[in-house]
Amino acid sequence: MATLPEPGAAPVDAPGIEITGLTKRFGETVALAGIDAEIRPGRLTGLVGPDGAGKTTLMRILTGLMTPDGGRALVAGRDVAAGGDIHSITGYMPQRFGLYEDLSVLQNMRLYAELRGVAAASHDAVFARLLAFTRLAPFTSRLAGRLSGGMKQKLGLACALMGQPQVLLLDEPGVGVDPLSRQDLWRMVNELTGAGMTVVWSTAYLDEAERCGHVLLLDRGRLAFDGPPEKLTARLAGRSFRLEAVSGERRAVLAEALELPSVCDGVIEGSGVRVVLRRQARRDEIEALASRSGATVVPVAARFEDAFVDLLGGGPGGTSALAARMEPVTLADSSPVVCRDLSKRFGDFTATDRVSFEVGRGEIFGLIGPNGAGKSTTFKMLCGLLKPTAGEARVAGHDLRRAAGAAKSRLGYMAQKFSLYGLLSVRQNLDFFAGVYGLDGALRRERVAEMIEIFQLAPYLDAAPESLPLGFRQRLAMACALMHRPPVLFLDEPTSGVDPLTRREFWTHINGLVRRGVTVMVTTHFMDEAEYCDRVALMYRARLIALDTPDALKHAAATAECPEPSMEQAFIHHIQAADREDEATTRSASP
Amino acid sequence: MFRRLFNVRLRAQIVKELLSILRDPRSRLVLIGPPLIQLLVFSFAATLEVNHVDLAVYNRDTGRASYELLAEIGAAGFVNRVYAVHSPAQRRALIDREQVIAALDIPPDFSRNVAAGHTATAQVILDGRRANAAQITLGYLDRIAARTGAELVPDSPGARDPTVVRHWFNPNLIYRWYIVPSLSGILSTIIALIVTALSIARERELGTFDQLMVSPTTPFEIIVAKTVPAVLIGTVLGLVMIGAAVFVFGVPFRGSFGLLLPSLVLLILSMVGIGLMISAISSTQQQAILGAFAVAVPMVVMSGFATPVDNMPRVLQWVAECLPLTHFLVIVQGCFVKALPPGVVWGQAWPMAAVAVVTLGIAHVVVRSRLG
Repeated sequence: MATLPEPGAAPVDAPGIEITGLTKRFGETVALAGIDAEIRPGRLTGLVGPDGAGKTTLMRILTGLMTPDGGRALVAGRDVAAGGDIHSITGYMPQRFGLYEDLSVLQNMRLYAELRGVAAASHDAVFARLLAFTRLAPFTSRLAGRLSGGMKQKLGLACALMGQPQVLLLDEPGVGVDPLSRQDLWRMVNELTGAGMTVVWSTAYLDEAERCGHVLLLDRGRLAFDGPPEKLTARLAGRSFRLEAVSGERRAVLAEALELPSVCDGVIEGSGVRVVLRRQARRDEIEALASRSGATVVPVAARFEDAFVDLLGGGPGGTSALAARMEPVTLADSSPVVCRDLSKRFGDFTATDRVSFEVGRGEIFGLIGPNGAGKSTTFKMLCGLLKPTAGEARVAGHDLRRAAGAAKSRLGYMAQKFSLYGLLSVRQNLDFFAGVYGLDGALRRERVAEMIEIFQLAPYLDAAPESLPLGFRQRLAMACALMHRPPVLFLDEPTSGVDPLTRREFWTHINGLVRRGVTVMVTTHFMDEAEYCDRVALMYRARLIALDTPDALKHAAATAECPEPSMEQAFIHHIQAADREDEATTRSASP
Repeated sequence: MFRRLFNVRLRAQIVKELLSILRDPRSRLVLIGPPLIQLLVFSFAATLEVNHVDLAVYNRDTGRASYELLAEIGAAGFVNRVYAVHSPAQRRALIDREQVIAALDIPPDFSRNVAAGHTATAQVILDGRRANAAQITLGYLDRIAARTGAELVPDSPGARDPTVVRHWFNPNLIYRWYIVPSLSGILSTIIALIVTALSIARERELGTFDQLMVSPTTPFEIIVAKTVPAVLIGTVLGLVMIGAAVFVFGVPFRGSFGLLLPSLVLLILSMVGIGLMISAISSTQQQAILGAFAVAVPMVVMSGFATPVDNMPRVLQWVAECLPLTHFLVIVQGCFVKALPPGVVWGQAWPMAAVAVVTLGIAHVVVRSRLG
């Protein structure tokens, strides 16, 4: 088993990080409004909060990259603002770790070893230990730019651990990482904390926060909660319910539930709807809703996410102003997205191997899989970004090979980075995307005005997209992707790195559109999001290994030890099953 | 209907390209800064003429010939100041300290030799650190010596009959007449290359290229949309330079503007094709800008702007013939001082058109293959 670097010499009882009255402002904006906290070694501390809560600012102050306006932060007993050798005791992994993409894994490690002043004589020993720890040993000569998202994070972690830090600060290490690699990251971090290291893991994913030993929840620069996640979740006891066996359209039930005054939050979960009641609210309203829609109300254990949304004042309502303005989609085709034996080869490498499926009208279809499994390639072929090597792909009845233009004018596309033109203002972006989809004259003015009204973009029209708060940037990206009213919508990891509140608003719109008949294809690493889908296709090693409803996938993964697996556990189960099957075939093929 | 749609999409993209170039303060600076600096540098600072030269004279002769020679030198337009020195050490010190570029050493028997009809020699010591200017100074001194000799001994067989050189088109060999019109070509070349080299690479880096590729727009429209703004901006810059030549530097324009303008547009089109090719194969803006400079610098050096194409080795002459800038320089210099006839302009224009067709075609293929 891999061993980890020896822990620092700090006594286990002393706090690894002490923060007192920390403030920081940028012009008018208050990023941190007086934070007091203690972070102890030997347990994992999660730093959570919505976008703009001050997580990254706090991280940067703790690493000495930024000086606070007031207050004090002690890391392993030393004042970070005093400068000096704070870097020798902290390891920091920024959101996009500064790996040199044109250097190999080993060259990157050597560079960081030298930057950290690791004695040259001990390089080999340190590298061997870190490579074993991160399980990157087979890839030492690979260029960092060629690594998958998960492997990059592991290499980043290895580089951050180079100088044997006493304190490790990880800024959103889980973004863009598939469940398998994420499991690996957790294992590594748990080993580190087990050996007495102080580790801070900042995240927008609340399932990650739930697994931390201690949580600091930031909201608009203030510490909204400080304690073990169970303590916050305990406050929600008896307020979480699941509406099971919804007979009608469950998205309609969710929308209705979210409009109830007694409901604070709700999401789709497989075939059911999960709701959280407001404090001291009674069950009457959801019971009534359940009986109207033929569902039964079952109490479920509260999750950290429920508590988080509750603490921040509840999620957005269930009505989408966008969907309300859309005319219902009328498509003759009952399967707006079809692929048959779709394959893509890059030289010798097969990225997608004979994948076939059909997506029904008004369906949300999820495409999931580990990094490098071929889901991106498949996705790109379906929206016309890549030409298939073999097989057929049809969107809205048009063959992407023969009538790419016609197919493309019927699809909308939204990528994780919200690809907007940063040099153009918000209005110019809207005008451009309207124009490039062929909207002109009065129609263009009407659609642009409509989007500005629906998404309340009016105060930002002359601003650059980058200067917008995350939620508005997401709205603008949606507006740009939807102005031509596409009947099919492609979402490429649309909520990667986005906080739960912004994510809820996004899905409210998507659910609304789906109820109007829009078909949605989505790729995601976020397993809760896979639950919002009607059906999920799981890809692994270029092949489709499972295709079913989220509930069925979870059922199929149930074992004696784990009778009710989560989506993430189901994901890992199916992949391991595919691995075993492959091994069996190889064994029987070669006697 | 199809026609209309095509125009809408294209129009939106052209507006987008223009806005992304003109709204960005950094790219505005790139558009305005370097042209202005080049105009100033090349027009005022960089010159092949030698002026305001200081000389030292160590005269050990007291006769008429040396007096005449020194009077001629003192009156020459390129000379600023003449230091009379009285010892070799003093002469050496002036050169060492770069106070003079050359020292003239006249031996004691100089006048005597002239009077006797012999060949008289004087020595010129040059500052080799300023080799170029020193050599030109030597040439000037040589001519003055020859003229003085001819005047002193009109009938002597040894005295050279100075040839009278008359330069056509630019009789006074005014350096700016040559430099400033050429700058219009060089600047348009570089700007068109940089603007287009960055365009696709920037979109790819920001992720907007995928967004563009999933829209119903075609690779052909993308190429056209990126070509038009670059041609507009390059042409405006080129015209500003041509205007500066005519109105600020007073270079005579004797040719046809109607021939020069299309040639300028052809030059820019061919550069846009090269820039788009670079952009389509680069994955970051950094790669694109390095690629653009890797093309632009040798192109300017080999275009005949700095050294005549005829003096290059044969192979490089062929390469120079393939460079659009080489042909444009012939046209622009010709249109200014020589009133080049249409036939000659066409002879230089069609190679540019050929390069434009080839490079734009390749850029189109490369963008389309990015879809496959």
